[in-house]
Amino acid sequence: GTSVVVYMVPQYSSIHIAAVVVSMFSTIICGFLFLLVVKRLPEHVQVDDPAVVKRLAKKLERQQIPLRSDYGYKVSLFSHLHQYSRKAPLTQLLSIPSTVIHPSIVRLGLQYSQGIVAGSNARSVALLHAFKQVIRDYTTPPNEELSRDLVNKLKPYISFLNQCRPLSASMGNAIKYIKKEISNIPSQCKEEEAKTKLLTCIDRYIEEKIVLAAKAISKYAIEKISDGDVILVYGYSSLVNNILCEAFEKSRKFRVIVVDSRPRLEGREALRRLVQRGISCTYVLISALSYILPEVSKVFLGAHALLANGYVMSRVGTSQIALVARTYNVPVLVCCETYKFCERVQTDSFVSNELDDPDDLMVTRKGKTQLENWQDVSSLGLLNLVYDVTPPDFVDLVITDLGMIPCTSVPVVLRVKNLDQ
Amino acid sequence: MPGADKEADLTERIEAFLADLKRGGCGTGPIRGSGETARETTALLRKVTAQARWSSAGDLMEIIRKEGRRMTAAQPSETTVGNMVLRVLKIIREEYARSRGSSEETDQQESLHKLLTSGGLSDENFRQHYVHLKANVIEAINELLTELEGTTDNIAMQALEHIHSNEVIMTVGRSRTVEAFLKDAARKRKFHVIVAECAPFCQGHEMATNLSKASIETTVIADAAIFAVMSRVNKVIIGTQTVLANGGLRAVNGTHTVALAARHHSTPLIVCAPMFKLSPQFPNEEDTFHKFVSPHEVLPFTEGEILSKVNVHCPVFDYVPPELITLFISNIGGNAPSYIYRLMSELYHPEDHDL
Repeated sequence: GTSVVVYMVPQYSSIHIAAVVVSMFSTIICGFLFLLVVKRLPEHVQVDDPAVVKRLAKKLERQQIPLRSDYGYKVSLFSHLHQYSRKAPLTQLLSIPSTVIHPSIVRLGLQYSQGIVAGSNARSVALLHAFKQVIRDYTTPPNEELSRDLVNKLKPYISFLNQCRPLSASMGNAIKYIKKEISNIPSQCKEEEAKTKLLTCIDRYIEEKIVLAAKAISKYAIEKISDGDVILVYGYSSLVNNILCEAFEKSRKFRVIVVDSRPRLEGREALRRLVQRGISCTYVLISALSYILPEVSKVFLGAHALLANGYVMSRVGTSQIALVARTYNVPVLVCCETYKFCERVQTDSFVSNELDDPDDLMVTRKGKTQLENWQDVSSLGLLNLVYDVTPPDFVDLVITDLGMIPCTSVPVVLRVKNLDQ
Repeated sequence: MPGADKEADLTERIEAFLADLKRGGCGTGPIRGSGETARETTALLRKVTAQARWSSAGDLMEIIRKEGRRMTAAQPSETTVGNMVLRVLKIIREEYARSRGSSEETDQQESLHKLLTSGGLSDENFRQHYVHLKANVIEAINELLTELEGTTDNIAMQALEHIHSNEVIMTVGRSRTVEAFLKDAARKRKFHVIVAECAPFCQGHEMATNLSKASIETTVIADAAIFAVMSRVNKVIIGTQTVLANGGLRAVNGTHTVALAARHHSTPLIVCAPMFKLSPQFPNEEDTFHKFVSPHEVLPFTEGEILSKVNVHCPVFDYVPPELITLFISNIGGNAPSYIYRLMSELYHPEDHDL
């Protein structure tokens, strides 16, 4: 705009100045609108920016939550992410007694950071139950409205949980829902009534979005399982386990291959639960994938979140399984509830991820731990990624509670959901 | 009698070697590298040539074939043993042909014309006795030994041609050849190496510690993260256990995944393999291609309750088809996978392919 105006009136210097001022003003307004429309970048992917880190530290100090410090040498590609040690949980830095944070939230934070509660469904349900307890114990202070004060009370809790372990997409959606419900409480509502209303809302959310969704997904997925199938699953996904157990109860004849990977070895838990039901299972590590894939007829994968550009964010290793399955022409089916759909977009596993404790990669074999003193060697780094993104061309079908859709229909579902709300 | 003593000594050495082979190749990574195996095999064959009683080349070849069959039966997955036996047989044929005075013609089936006209080629029965044959053969085997000793250095010398500054290189597991290759390049250039740890034996850890001691920026990743980080990798450099006759690889498990991820991102895959790893075998579909070790490595006995109800597999090797490989770097230079069959015809004689 500036250049056009200047070209048109080159000889009138005062108009020139006015034109420049007007265009600057308009760019400022556009920038402002732009900021309003696009969400602000979350702090946990801006660790390399000292201004952001300082701002977060101030915010946490105001909320009286300790700041967790990074641990160990970080690989330069991931300097924008946090890397914490499991041996130094945030709760050690809390003062006792801590009046700011509710005890059930403290317990929850510890369970997250130690990995006791893991998996996106489990984390969301635990979070909602903890919030129910918070609501039960809440009393409105005088001269305050429940709808505003409760939301403000929840903010430090959420920061605390974020410090313990970055929030998952499902948890983010659950929190958004609760905040909306709280703000919609009419001001003339009595406290007891408001609290019961909120508790029923949360119960309904869990029932609809998680439990009933799982039933609906199982119903669709069982249609895709035929007798004689050899199904490959990766790691531990509560949803996929649910599907397999229900299919087995409906007397489908199939066998399962569980693929696992270091260092989390979550597949062993899935293996135990499937074997207990009586399903015949095989167990391999992810490096043996090329050996075992010729036997497989279908691959069922769980997801942590489904991004708006169709990419599937899931446990690290999922994209590898989808890649090799595509090479052997084995269909890949992803099972995901709609509450995990997320408006973010991402094309690679670097820009937004989670770094787990690097000490987990160490292993002792025959009494010798090769990487024992990795901290002392300056040029050695350990990388323990938690998530990765799978491109949509590797995924053949996504099974959700709304039906079976291709990966690229995720923004359609999001739009429909937003219109509903 | 000195003769009997020497014979007893020889058989003892062969028995010790066979026992070592049976134990050594137990899959937790060879206790000896394949280079050492090749050298010991060749040294042993030289001793057999020197001490066994033979009068003509044919007898010697029979003796070597017999010993070779015993050695390969001890540890079928250790293909370098068989490869060295084939090299020695080829040496004997060449020395015999030279002693006979026949021209240094490549008497393999070079042309269809030769195939049709010279039907009597296979009547060559190596029965003639030549006085200097023994000395010539032993000298040739000595040359072979010198070549074997220099393979790692020859490959490492080519490192600077292939690695430039500020590269990110990925490798899998532990390979002595790749380690020497990268260390040689690190003397002059600065680059970053990502090592996939290669569960369940986690040999990548040892590789990473060795590389970081040479001041190379190293990062260890879990096997599951191979595809996730591949988009930032400029080259993939791997070693292998065997190079098959069609240009494919038999490498440590997980290599096929790396190769597929590299092809998806159009990253070049470079294999550093000395010539003694080239084997005249072709890949086949049956399970005889694979080697398995105790599933205890994958699911330990501490998981007691479910162990009896579950099948657990722990394969050691992976097959990588030649289409996924960009370049082979060996001690005689760089080659494309489509050229491997020619190299094979220069190293081994087609009649020896089945021992």
